[in-house]
Parts: sequence; C-alpha cells; structure tokens
Amino acid sequence: MTHPSLALTGVSKSYGSVHALNDISLQASAGERLALVGHNGAGKTTLFKLLLSILRPDRGEIQVLGKSPQAARAAGSIGFLPETIAFDPAMRGIEALRFWARLKGLPGSVAEEAMEKVGLGEAKRRPVRSYSKGMRQRLGFAQAILGDPHLLLLDEPTTGLDPAFRRIFYDLIRERAEAGASVVISSHALSELEAETDRIAILGGGRLLALGSLDEIRREVRLPVMLRVVPGPCRSSDIAATVAPEASVTRRSGEAVELACEPEAKMAVIRRLAGLGEGVKDIEVLPPSLDAIYAQVTAGRAP
Amino acid sequence: MTPLAVVAWQEFRNDLRNRWVLAATGLLAIFALALAFLGGAPAGTTGVGRIDLLVVSLASLSIFLIPLLALLLSYDSIVGEVERGTMLLLLAYPVSRAEIVAGKFLAHLGILLVAVTVGFGSAAAALAFTGDAPGTAEWAAFLRLCITSVALGASFLGLGYLASTMVTERATAAGLALGVWLLLVIVFDLVLLAALVAFGSDIPPAAVEAALMLNPADVFRLANLAVGGNVSEAAGMVGIGAELRLPASALNGVLALWAILPLAGAWLLFRRREV
Repeated sequence: MTHPSLALTGVSKSYGSVHALNDISLQASAGERLALVGHNGAGKTTLFKLLLSILRPDRGEIQVLGKSPQAARAAGSIGFLPETIAFDPAMRGIEALRFWARLKGLPGSVAEEAMEKVGLGEAKRRPVRSYSKGMRQRLGFAQAILGDPHLLLLDEPTTGLDPAFRRIFYDLIRERAEAGASVVISSHALSELEAETDRIAILGGGRLLALGSLDEIRREVRLPVMLRVVPGPCRSSDIAATVAPEASVTRRSGEAVELACEPEAKMAVIRRLAGLGEGVKDIEVLPPSLDAIYAQVTAGRAP
Repeated sequence: MTPLAVVAWQEFRNDLRNRWVLAATGLLAIFALALAFLGGAPAGTTGVGRIDLLVVSLASLSIFLIPLLALLLSYDSIVGEVERGTMLLLLAYPVSRAEIVAGKFLAHLGILLVAVTVGFGSAAAALAFTGDAPGTAEWAAFLRLCITSVALGASFLGLGYLASTMVTERATAAGLALGVWLLLVIVFDLVLLAALVAFGSDIPPAAVEAALMLNPADVFRLANLAVGGNVSEAAGMVGIGAELRLPASALNGVLALWAILPLAGAWLLFRRREV
C-alpha cells in the first residue's frame, strides 16, 4: 500500500491570538511537485515547521511518508531548504556540507557529489564567506538533496539564483520528483511555479484558499480567457461585432485587439473569428496566469 | 558518528578556527605563568610548597576567569543560532534538541579542559622543572584544582545556555550572562559578607554554609582552599575549613550538581522553545 508523502488533516496552529494555520487539509503523493503560494505571513513557513516537527499542531493530524513528522525526520527522509540559509562564514563549502551529511549518517563522498550537482565543484574548498548570495543558495540546495530524501521542502528556493542555475535547479527538482520524491516549493515567483509544479495550494490568512492543478483552479476561479487577435484587412470594430456578446474588447495594443470571454465560450469565439477568413491574421489564446488567479483568490484577504 | 558527536566535533572545530581555544588557553597560561613566577614572594619561609602556593593563586584566578570564559563561550550558543537562522535548519535534521545542547556542552567543556590543562599545566610544569620536585600531596591538590576548575566552568556553561535559551536576542543574552557573572562572582560574596558583618553571631553557621552552596564559585573556593592541608594554610582558610562541616566529598557532589542542573534546565527550556 502506498501512503501519500504528506497528509494534513484539519491542522491548526496559533501563536497566541494569531491563527497561523486554520483547519488545513492537504495531501501530496510520491513524485508530485506541489507549489505553496501566499502572502508573507500566510502560514507557509509554519506549515514547513509542522512537517519537520519543529512545531506541533494545536489541532489536527499530520503524516509524513506514512509516519509521524518526528519519525520521518529522525529517519533522515526529509530535505529542507529554509528561506534564509546561513552557514558559519569561515567554514569551507565542502566542510559545511560534510557536516550536514554526517548528521544524516551519510558518508562524506555524498557531500562531494551534491557539490558537483549544484555546480559548486570548483568552489568547494573556498570559505563560505567568499560565496555570492546565489552560491550560498546553491549550497543550501545541495544540503537539502543530501541522501536523496523522499520529501523535499523548499522555502523560497530560487531567491538570488541566476537564470542559468534556476534552470538547473528546476531540472534537479524534476529529477528528484521522477525518482519518486515529493517536492513542496513555496515561492513568490509565480510565473516559474506555473510551469514547474503539478499542483498549487494557495494560502491566505492561515486558510487554504485553493488547491488543485492550474487548470482546475482556473476552472474554479472562472477568470475570463484573453484572446489576442491581429486583424487582417477588416477593421477591429468588425471583430468586436463578430464576437459579441460572448466576448468583448478589453484593449487595443498596436495593431492587435485583446478580447475577453468566459472559458466555456472560448471555442465558439474562435470559430466565429475563423469565419472571418482572411480578415484575421493571427489569434493567440492567453489563459489566466497564476499571477491573475492568485490576485483573484487572495483579493481582500489579509495575510 | 552519532548526531551528538557530530554536533560536538563541529562546534569544537568552529571554536578552534575562531581562535577560541587558543585565546582561552593563552589567557590562562599567561596568568598562570605570571602567578607561578611572580607570586612566590608572599610565601616567605612558611614552608608551603611552590605548587601549593600556585594552587591558591590559581584558584583565586579561576573564580574570576573560568566563569567569564564559560559564559563567553555559551551565551550565544542557542540564541545566536536562532538569530542567524542556522538553528531552524539544524532542527530539520535527525538530531534531537537534547543532542544539540549536549553536543555544544561537550565541545565547550573540551575547550575549557584544554585551556585548564595546558594553561595551568604549563605553570606547574615550569615550577616543577625549575625547583625541588613537588610531592604527591602537592600534585593531588593541583589535580583537584584542574578538575574543579573544569567543573566550575561546566556550571557556568550551563548558566550561559540557560541565558541563551531564555531570551530572543543575542544582545540580551550577553547582558544576562554578564549579570550572572557579576552576581555570582562579585555581588554574592559582598552581600554575604555584609550580612555577616551586620548580623554576625545571629546567623547560624549552617545558614552560611547553605548560602555558600547556592553559588558554584563559592563551592569551588571551599573545595580548593578549605579542605585542609598546606593549601588551606597558604590560603589562610584553615579556620574556615575547621568550621565547615561539609566534607570534601560533599563539596564535590554539590559542584557536580552545579555542573549538571543548569544544563538540564537549559535543555528543558530549549525543548519548549519555538524556533
């Protein structure tokens, strides 16, 4: 029988009178990449701390890899990258990583491999104080993947990373997920998460506001689909008349016309535009981005 | 290597690199050598051995320096790591909070052990090589000084961790540690002395004795200077030693308790602390 990699049922956690998390139920299965998005203070870091058994929930139950969070952590099955990663600045990169490897009961050679994976092989003998912010973040990521953990918890992992390593980072995440690990990524870089995660959980005010794949949340939120149409010889007013009343013109930019319509009406509108024949040069469908969905879901909610 | 050993070893290495070991050893060695060679004059012709005299001088030095060193080593151990953000990551690893506190304690105790052994040892060795060979009793008193100095350090390490666990900022922990040092090393004895002067005979000896047990620095002082023999004579504490009803073994026991209880308290507080 396979367990979900993590399962939270009705979990609440308060700090005094502040409800950091309120009745959260959430699951992630093996091989899944789950994005955790929310304002600062929405409860993302608290959720990580609960999964790591650094905090205990006030109510509800948490299972990590089929065990209690304490047991999962004790087994060394969880990799964690905190939002701010700090090392003793005088330590050499490899020395820091060997320390973390030994704490997990792993041989020092594992640390060497992890250094190579994150592209720090050349810099491994340099003291951490000489590392750039991006290099420290890479070192942090290297410690998180030590021993190929079954659950990876990454808090704002791409902060400070250059675009080239961002690509490598997401490739490594995909590699880990394909090997069966669950990956939970909290981030504000929504456009990145859109392409690099399987499901998205939106937290706000300590509550789970939305959970599902991007398509599922899109359907639920019912934001209009945008169509960018470049007219041919016909006038843009003809286009507006053709697609009404299902779609309406929201903006004209340069030679293009932007239309908005309900998700269900999208195909009907496209067919009508196709009916204009040479009158339409190009159609581009722009589904609502995660940024737009996030803004809609969290609108009016305090963190 | 167990997680406890990994934490202890890493802490020791960091302190070695940050020159802590060198600074602590150097400081004790300089003072000890200075006392060994410059502090012999008061002995005159009393017949007290040079090592005995060194023990008296070093015990007085230890009461000030060892607690200070221990508090400096320990005050930011917990709060510093929490503030820098390294504690959160450490707690995500398969290591318990007890192992973290115990690991740091062992590393810091190791530093004190090196500092006392090398620092005091160099002074004793210098004396042994430059004059008459000291007798077994003198060496026993010296060994006792070294062991109780490390125990004194252990109790102040524990107090330092307590300070480090109770507060949320390093600066507050530093202030608290300094306060502990002032209170136990300076103020406590002054208050006790003032009470004795003011109320003198009204205070039963048992109460004075009990009050002295409340301060590890005083327990250390009694354990080294008032247990009889030449050292008591040199320290001018023979009378106090005779008045004291607690045997040396009881003093050792109290000092051992002082070495353990603050540490246990720090662990209990750290267990409940949210990081």
